[in-house]
Amino acid sequence: MILWAVIALVGMAALAWVFRFAGQSVTGNAPKFRDMPYGVAFGYVLGAAALLWLIWAYTQGRSSEQAIANKFFFLRIAIEGFILFAIAAWVFRVLGRSVGTAWSKKMFRSMPLTASFGILTIIIYAIFAIFAGVIAPYGQEQIIPGVAANIVPGGDPALGGDPEFYFGTDQIGRDILSRLIYGAQNTVGIAFATTLLAFFIGGTLGFLAATLGGWLDQVLSRMVDVLMAIPSLIFALLLMTIASVWAPQLGIPLTVFMVIIIAVIDSTRVYRLARAVGQNIVVMDYIEAAKLRGEGLGYLVFKEILPNATAPLLAEFGLRFCFVFLTIAALSFLGVGIQPPLADWGTMVRDLGGFVNYAQFAPLAATAPLLAAGAIALLTVAVNFVVDWMLHKSSGLKE
Amino acid sequence: MTDQPLVKMRDVWLEGRSDEVWNPIINGVDLTLKRGEVLGLIGESGAGKSTLGLAAMGYTRDGVRISKGSVEFDGIDLLTASAAVKRELLGKRIAYVAQSAAASFNPAHKLMDQHVEGPVQHGVMGRGESEADGIELYRKLRLPNPDEIGFRYPHQVSGGQLQRCMTAMAMSCRPDLIIFDEPTTALDVTTQIEVLASIRDIVEQFDTAAIYITHDLAVVAQMADTIKVLLKGDEVETADTRTMLAAPTQEYTKSLWAVRSFERPLKPAVQTGAVPVVSVQNVDASYGTVPVLHDVSFDMHEGRTVAVVGESGSGKSTTARCITGLLPPKAGQILVDGQVMPADYRKRNKDQLRQVQMIYQMADTALNPRMSIGQIIARPVQFYLGLTGAEKRKKVDDLLEQIELEPTQYYHRLPSELSGGQKQRIGIARALAAEPKFIICDEVTSALDQLVAEGILRLLARLQDELSLSYMFITHDLATVRAIADEVVVMKDGRVVEQGPKDDMFRPPHHAYTDLLLSSVPEMDPDWLTNLLNERGVDNIGDAAVDKM
Repeated sequence: MILWAVIALVGMAALAWVFRFAGQSVTGNAPKFRDMPYGVAFGYVLGAAALLWLIWAYTQGRSSEQAIANKFFFLRIAIEGFILFAIAAWVFRVLGRSVGTAWSKKMFRSMPLTASFGILTIIIYAIFAIFAGVIAPYGQEQIIPGVAANIVPGGDPALGGDPEFYFGTDQIGRDILSRLIYGAQNTVGIAFATTLLAFFIGGTLGFLAATLGGWLDQVLSRMVDVLMAIPSLIFALLLMTIASVWAPQLGIPLTVFMVIIIAVIDSTRVYRLARAVGQNIVVMDYIEAAKLRGEGLGYLVFKEILPNATAPLLAEFGLRFCFVFLTIAALSFLGVGIQPPLADWGTMVRDLGGFVNYAQFAPLAATAPLLAAGAIALLTVAVNFVVDWMLHKSSGLKE
Repeated sequence: MTDQPLVKMRDVWLEGRSDEVWNPIINGVDLTLKRGEVLGLIGESGAGKSTLGLAAMGYTRDGVRISKGSVEFDGIDLLTASAAVKRELLGKRIAYVAQSAAASFNPAHKLMDQHVEGPVQHGVMGRGESEADGIELYRKLRLPNPDEIGFRYPHQVSGGQLQRCMTAMAMSCRPDLIIFDEPTTALDVTTQIEVLASIRDIVEQFDTAAIYITHDLAVVAQMADTIKVLLKGDEVETADTRTMLAAPTQEYTKSLWAVRSFERPLKPAVQTGAVPVVSVQNVDASYGTVPVLHDVSFDMHEGRTVAVVGESGSGKSTTARCITGLLPPKAGQILVDGQVMPADYRKRNKDQLRQVQMIYQMADTALNPRMSIGQIIARPVQFYLGLTGAEKRKKVDDLLEQIELEPTQYYHRLPSELSGGQKQRIGIARALAAEPKFIICDEVTSALDQLVAEGILRLLARLQDELSLSYMFITHDLATVRAIADEVVVMKDGRVVEQGPKDDMFRPPHHAYTDLLLSSVPEMDPDWLTNLLNERGVDNIGDAAVDKM
């Protein structure tokens, strides 16, 4: 095995040299090939080899022989999904370029495909979250009478599926598709509210610390240091355990506690950023001019500082949203987050997790927990793509 | 071989990319440079000087491309040369000296480590040999302690010394061509002399060809054999330095030459007993425990301009901060109209704040980039005068007209959509909006091109006559002082070393420091530097002269 790997590497190394030499002689020493470092040539060959392997693996995945096809099932899905999403993003971008106002058209023209994919995905999630009640075929807690539990996704009766429940049913016979859609509402909605709260707390305090400085800055910053010193997930877990005792006593839903706890923990990160960005802005001459004019604190923070800090804060908002979202999913997975019977992606992964063991011989069955995990992953990736794009735009980088 | 030009650029067109469009930067410029010749490239900012200078190395910044033309260095076509060939040339035979040495040195490594990198990488010399050569170059460039200065970190030496270290680094491989990109623009006049003198010496000693990029005509007159004038990417004219200075043929060149002629008529002396608008009395100030001002006193009268002169670190701006109340003085007081002002600006009332306004050096950081011009000017109008709605708009329009900008055209624009000079005008309008008696102008023209700066000075002079404003004009440029000041205050190390009416200041005898400042201002005479150096003696230029005082 190692021998084969070495032979393949040496072969590729030789091929890289041949590739560069051939390029040089065919194009008559064009600058592209002439100035190409060997490492780049090797990279091209390695990339080509990986692409060839993917194509081979994909044909294996579509093989009529079940045993071989099962082995490459997830790779096949990934490749098909990738191509499908790429096409969807491209179509969306073309649409955006021809429809809408001059401003939105201009925005779409300079947009990379990754960003248009991210925006498209976020829009779809938002639609699902807002209209969950209309779109979902069943209720999120509805146990449908006469329907078996654990129907395999795929809708193929021969493999244990049911066309009625294309995404299958869970361990007590609820429709997974409906729960996924309601999950968007619960998980994403709560994450959004939490992030907003975290930004409100962290942003306000951060700007105040940057503008006023002195002892207020010291007190706030040291408090934040203490909070940040505790591992956030474990800290959240601890507080949630306490809150789960208080919640029934006080008659406040546990979810409210969760929102506040995660918001406070995450606001420390926002505070750090807002303070750093604010400090850079505070030293500007226009802030000095405003101070000398006799402007109050409110005007300084909201009219002079905040508009200049929106770009980094917005980018951080996207990232922070992902982290909050993952924290909620993690807490739910651990059993202290969003409580059943409310549908939540983290809980769904935990409940159906056992099926992953079937991946080798019954990949469709293993898909059940992966649907919720995939929903989480997709949104995280999408948000990050959009954030990257916004960062790139706000940093003023060209090309 | 000897007559073969070293650099030959033919019909070079350069384009820069912005908003998905390629915009022209340089439109078909020719450039020829012989061995040992120094070419001065001048023009205002945005004229494409630096881009052309870099193109002479066959290099373009990101987002810039050479769309047409040819660049040859010693017979090698740099545009088609392979990366390997260029690697051999750059650093070894072509060197580059950047404008800001402080930003160009790696702060994490000692100067000598950075100095030897070129020769060692190119295999010109070994490390030991290169270090010895570096020390020799430091000595030739008249750096203090040449034996040990190379073993310091960049932050441990002064700006002028750093700039000379960079020149030494550029010389380390004995290149055939050095490109100097505004090497003295960020320096004080006294330091500038040192750098100019040493650059000129070393270029002569090693018979190196050089392209000297600058916007300062007087500087280029000292350095260059030939001068090329650029305007918005087009060549205006090229000629031998003496010919060019004596008889420029093009209108634009003439206008550049004429800038320094602006001078205000002299005003009658202040009546004795008149109450000064602002009076600084025996002010001492310090940052933390470091004292920066010692017993500073001077008066500013209505309708007059007091220029505060001195090199950086002399306490000019600190004095301004004391007057505005940003830095409460340790001792002494500030009087406005004979009334003592509270030391801290937070303790001043709205009317006291209104009376003292400020215009900043960097218009870029003085205007909030997220506010429109209308909003920026309207804020003090509303804040101090309490005007709203149509009245406010009317006042803003009036102010825009006063600073010679068309209100309808500029009201909704953002600062980023204005040129440097226009931004500075907005800064002036914002100060005027408060209807003050007294304005502090902190180096307001030093970041601007000469033509633009002259426009600002004329505007300020006109406003002074119309509104009988008093200015405190902080500057290190004596040409500006000559143009606008009524009285001059010379500062050094936080003390006032000399003060009086302008005419007395420009007439000898002077305080030794004033004399040094005055004689360090480059003049348009190409022999000025040579004469000056002869007069002062080699050991008595710039830093050395200051240290002796």
